[in-house]
Amino acid sequence: MPEVKTAGAQAAGGQVLSVSNLEAWYGESHILHGINFDVSAGEVVTLLGRNGAGKTTTLKSVMGIIGKRSGSIVFDGKNIARATSDQIARMGVAFCPEERGIFASLDVRENLLLPPVVRAGGLTLDQIFDLFPNLKERLNSQGTKLSGGEQQMLAIARILRTGARFLMLDEPTEGLAPVIIQQIGHTIARLKKEGFTILLVEQNFRFASTVADRYYIVEHGKVIDGFANSELSANMDKLHTYLGV
Amino acid sequence: MQALYAQLLVGLINGSFYALLSLGLAVIFGMLNIINFAHGALYMMGAFCAYFLLDLAGIGYWWALIIAPIAVGIFGMILERTMLQWLSGLDHLYGLLLTFGIALIVQGIFQNYFGSSGLPYAIPDYPKIFGFNGLQGGMNLGFMFLPIYRGWVVVFSLVVCLATWYLIEKTQLGAYLRAATENPTLVRAFGINVPRMITLTYGLGVGLAALAGVLSAPINQVRPLMGADLIIVVFAVVVIGGMGSIMGSIITGFALGVIEGLTKYFYPEASNTVVFVLMVLVLLVKPTGLTGRAA
Repeated sequence: MPEVKTAGAQAAGGQVLSVSNLEAWYGESHILHGINFDVSAGEVVTLLGRNGAGKTTTLKSVMGIIGKRSGSIVFDGKNIARATSDQIARMGVAFCPEERGIFASLDVRENLLLPPVVRAGGLTLDQIFDLFPNLKERLNSQGTKLSGGEQQMLAIARILRTGARFLMLDEPTEGLAPVIIQQIGHTIARLKKEGFTILLVEQNFRFASTVADRYYIVEHGKVIDGFANSELSANMDKLHTYLGV
Repeated sequence: MQALYAQLLVGLINGSFYALLSLGLAVIFGMLNIINFAHGALYMMGAFCAYFLLDLAGIGYWWALIIAPIAVGIFGMILERTMLQWLSGLDHLYGLLLTFGIALIVQGIFQNYFGSSGLPYAIPDYPKIFGFNGLQGGMNLGFMFLPIYRGWVVVFSLVVCLATWYLIEKTQLGAYLRAATENPTLVRAFGINVPRMITLTYGLGVGLAALAGVLSAPINQVRPLMGADLIIVVFAVVVIGGMGSIMGSIITGFALGVIEGLTKYFYPEASNTVVFVLMVLVLLVKPTGLTGRAA
């Protein structure tokens, strides 16, 4: 909502991403019906909503993976609504998909080194192993032989190398044990401290509340509400209605 | 015994061509999901390219080994850009029919100008070093007489196959390729221009076919239908080996060549069918092929 937008933007510098009137289609089915939201530098913004509300489709539209989309997606001052996904990635957008996308025919090292560096300033391998010590011990394993938690860490780790400062993480905690969820929470907090801007999609509201600065609620392909983390307790009742929990 | 060794050598030579061709088919199928029926015609174009280079420009074998794969590879990339790319996402059948049609057209054009008989292409007689007369002549290994050119084909094909395997399995470029075979959308979302990579991959597979064509020119002569005859066996090799694996197609290629050679010695009547019998057996037991991954 507008008042929230300005509050967030003032709190944390310039706008990194601004999405307006975004519509998207999978084949014939119209999934997004005019999504509006924005993300400012250094923020962690979370898209909340029920299954099938359009959260993942929103991330994929920003990434340029959805074939048919319209509206405006402005990243770093450039409209990327017509760019291809490889062009968008090279502008500094990094995507960690819900299904993690670990490649079975690549070992852990190859998976980690797969995304090309798009600009200077990415994490070094030492910094990555500092964040995810497990990965260092499993460098020569086949990518899909890792546990679910390790695969998720690998999926996040590999996009930190590229120098992209804007990360889109799609349900990074899905199906993971609480102790691993905690570790991923620490990681996101630390990335935020180091100045990364993060757009998060989550079903796990409790997890999101530990890392997010702001929330947007997505329903039926539209953003229907938004508020800052500081306004969370005041919005709890509404939130329960939106998410049906 | 002499005859056995001779058949083994013939088997290894055929195996070299099977390996080079099935390797290219496997790489192309992995990336483009296309069963490239034009492969035999492109192999033939490689041989004709060498022939033209020599006949029209006086450019000899060694340069042809480099120029023909590049020239035919570029032709392949044009095919991919103008036609094959539009088939992505469609059923295999469309790619198969289109490439089969391309093969018929290309072979038809060459047949129109050159008939069906073979054009000679001489084994190179240079460089003359270490007592060699280029690749002409032979040497006595004690247990058999080895024509130098045939030994060269086997060794050189093996080196090219292993280099291709190394490129795909051990380098960063190969990692892109393997990853894009699995999930092209995600690889593209990492910033890699996947459509361009697909075009280059097709060029690589076609280049390998053209290289095999140049290697075969001095042995089998240059004929418009040289690929049409060979490609049927090569597809059987691919079915036996499985589409999924690079090393699998190399090993299967050489192994089936040798098995064919051995059959020629022990039971010559079956030598033309043994590969297909094996194909049936493998399909009965393991439909994805010996090294193939489930689709």
